Amino acid sequence: MSAVLFFIAAIGVVSGAVGVVVLRNPFFSVLALVAHLLSLAVLFLLLRAEFVAAVQVVVYAGAVMVLYVFVVAYVGGEGETLGERLRGVGAQGPVGSGLRLGGAIVAGALLVELLIALLGTGLEAVSGYGAGYAPGPHAFGTPAYIGKLLLTRFLLVFELASFLLLVAAVGGVVLARRRGGLGEADEGGEEARTPLNLIRPWGTGTTAEGSGVLPADQARPGRADRAAEIPVETGAGRPS
Amino acid sequence: MSIAWYLAVSAIVFSLGAVGVITRRNPLVLLLCLELMLNGGNLALIAFSRMWGNGDGQILAIVVMTVAACEVCIGLGMIVALYRRHLPIDVDELRELQG
Repeated sequence: MSAVLFFIAAIGVVSGAVGVVVLRNPFFSVLALVAHLLSLAVLFLLLRAEFVAAVQVVVYAGAVMVLYVFVVAYVGGEGETLGERLRGVGAQGPVGSGLRLGGAIVAGALLVELLIALLGTGLEAVSGYGAGYAPGPHAFGTPAYIGKLLLTRFLLVFELASFLLLVAAVGGVVLARRRGGLGEADEGGEEARTPLNLIRPWGTGTTAEGSGVLPADQARPGRADRAAEIPVETGAGRPS
Repeated sequence: MSIAWYLAVSAIVFSLGAVGVITRRNPLVLLLCLELMLNGGNLALIAFSRMWGNGDGQILAIVVMTVAACEVCIGLGMIVALYRRHLPIDVDELRELQG
């Protein structure tokens, strides 16, 4: 029974991985990766890693893949198939198709080397069926077992992982935020309502102004014409 | 099934991810292939954890999944920033950081 389940899941894992690499549309690649992750969770269950399998399905195949789908839907864009890539149909850059084919050959050599290293090892336990396993509420791989390990022996690792997640979340927000001056359509209308913009004069408070590259009036492209309206009132004049 | 079968599957998945990282040009697919490579490593970790009956490998697999989530967060943020600046979404054309 477990052998049948293993082969079904392994075929799912490998075909999902092939689909990710070969499919043309990035959206279908994401769907193939979801199938791959679900099959991988079955393999984890066969290896008595219940908690990791559950985390894999809920967090990885659920949350992370939804993030991917959102970005693919936002950015879009057609990919190119691996076959075209190897034949050099879509190759325009300096990196030619020969190097791509070489890359595939290198990866094939990597597979052979990994298989030799993993299966040709002298460890006898590799051809065994694993250590003994006794079912129970605190057995190997259950949430209670993992939770006890995480909160006692690996507490520092646990805290470091949470800190890493915090840093990555802040970094993602900083990278993907809407910067001023990128889109002229929403420039000003949204920002003029913030309290800081009411206090300080137009065009001040930018990096370009502080470094002396631009005069205060032209520090922000969206602000330039608005700042130019002020001299009209003070009598400095402006050719109209 | 013996542990060796799981290790073989993990090697195949890792190599497929390596093929994708080397040959594809879309950074979105590149990130997906990085996930494939991390998953191959995860499967090997959990297989070895089962082999010795020791939970440390599973903890390491969870940490690898955390790092993968962080990598996805930063990578997708960079792709969205590229898209906002109307730069090409193609790793072969983004060569400005090349030495």
